[in-house]
Amino acid sequence: MTAQHTVKSFDDELRQLHFIVARMGGLAEEQLANALSAITSQDSSLALQTIQADAKVDELERQADQQVVQLLALRQPLANDLRAIISALRIAAHIERIADYAKNVAKRSISLNELPAVQPVHSIPRIGKAAISMLKDVLDAYNANDAAKALEVWNRDETLDDLYNSLFRELLTYMMEDARNITPCTHLLFIAKNLERIGDHCTNIAEHVYFLVTGRQPGGERPKGGKDELNVVAPVKQTPH
Amino acid sequence: MFEGAVQTMSSAEAPVRMPEKVTVKGLNFFYGKAQALFDVSMPLYGRAVTAIIGPSGCGKSTLLRVLNRIYDLYPDQRAEGAVLLDGTNILDPRLDLNVLRSRIGMVFQKPTPFPMTIYDNIAFGVRLYERVSAADMDVRVETALRRAALWDEVKDKLRQSGLGLSGGQQQRLCIARTIAVNPEVILMDEPCSALDPISTARVEELIDELKSQYTIAIVTHNMQQAARVSSQTAFMFLGKLVEFGPTGMIFTSPSDSRTQDYITGRFG
Repeated sequence: MTAQHTVKSFDDELRQLHFIVARMGGLAEEQLANALSAITSQDSSLALQTIQADAKVDELERQADQQVVQLLALRQPLANDLRAIISALRIAAHIERIADYAKNVAKRSISLNELPAVQPVHSIPRIGKAAISMLKDVLDAYNANDAAKALEVWNRDETLDDLYNSLFRELLTYMMEDARNITPCTHLLFIAKNLERIGDHCTNIAEHVYFLVTGRQPGGERPKGGKDELNVVAPVKQTPH
Repeated sequence: MFEGAVQTMSSAEAPVRMPEKVTVKGLNFFYGKAQALFDVSMPLYGRAVTAIIGPSGCGKSTLLRVLNRIYDLYPDQRAEGAVLLDGTNILDPRLDLNVLRSRIGMVFQKPTPFPMTIYDNIAFGVRLYERVSAADMDVRVETALRRAALWDEVKDKLRQSGLGLSGGQQQRLCIARTIAVNPEVILMDEPCSALDPISTARVEELIDELKSQYTIAIVTHNMQQAARVSSQTAFMFLGKLVEFGPTGMIFTSPSDSRTQDYITGRFG
């Protein structure tokens, strides 16, 4: 690691900022895990807890914002310090959005728990796990200033997109087969979409971590999954009973 | 191109090569037996501001003083290598120093107005090089003072002593004096160190205006000033050029860790 600043209080303030963002990350991971648990265990009280806990993440984001403005005004940061501060600001915003999506998943799970279970719900843990793993890995990359790890997460968004697209097709099929499936499947669709968006935000965080460490943007086109969700699926022929 | 020193690449490298007004090539400098500059090579691009930064004793002022051979006043000091001004090596002992110093002017840290009237401060230098009629001299003096953004403040007291001006005004007078002889290159050694923030801002604004006509090299301790006024920055350390590149890149993403440590305040 680079040497300490001659004025030690600057190091203290940078550490503080990093800690706020790391704490936000930890909470977001927890929120996401709990929201997914609420679905698989059909636990609505856990879902409620998760919804309420979102306020903590919002408060930390406000603190991060304040710390960034102070640092910019009072320290005139340059080079790696400047990149660290700007990246922390952006990453905090993305983590806050991730936590919001986790809250939305928790909200949906409450509605879902009051409806009969449908088969596609079993595909949720897989896509959930992929999202959690992206989040955990990109936060590890941030904590360790690891550009290579960040790049690896950056390249992974395609996997999550693919899982989402396949779940999308599955849900459409179920909705067309039986109108009673429409309500629960629509909730699942939103849940899946939220998880897919979490993956996108993780990719953004990965870009910021890469920039923080190297001073450059990761090269090439942003990895994206196919555009399956824009496909039209032909309706199943209704056989008269 | 510049062996030894790290060239910082900007992500959008300009395809057009900027003309080099001055090229320093393999410069070594000695104060008696002590070597102060080691194999320094760098360009000063034409009609641009180059900042030279580095900790105390790094050789930045020494480098500046080589560029107009002001070290020649001291028998103990010598330079080896080449400094090309439009392709001609100015370290050549056969070079006419007076002509050189009319082409390359210098502004110092402490304002150094002559103990003469404001008018004569400007006219003195012009008279050294040219025969100018009284009417033409009036024009020369006014032009120089206007260019230095000082005319409005002194036009009614041109026959008063230059020493009676404020620090900031004296510095602008020195700049006016320098540009009155129509140099091509202006060297500035910490021109704002002795000035208050408002005078500093005025001088920086002046540098901004002058750069469209002159090649400017500025040595400064003030990182933020280097960042504000220059388009290229050179970082020196222990007599060597460590890194040279576009100012934007040097201050956001320097290539050398020593550059980064210095500008972020991790030195010492």
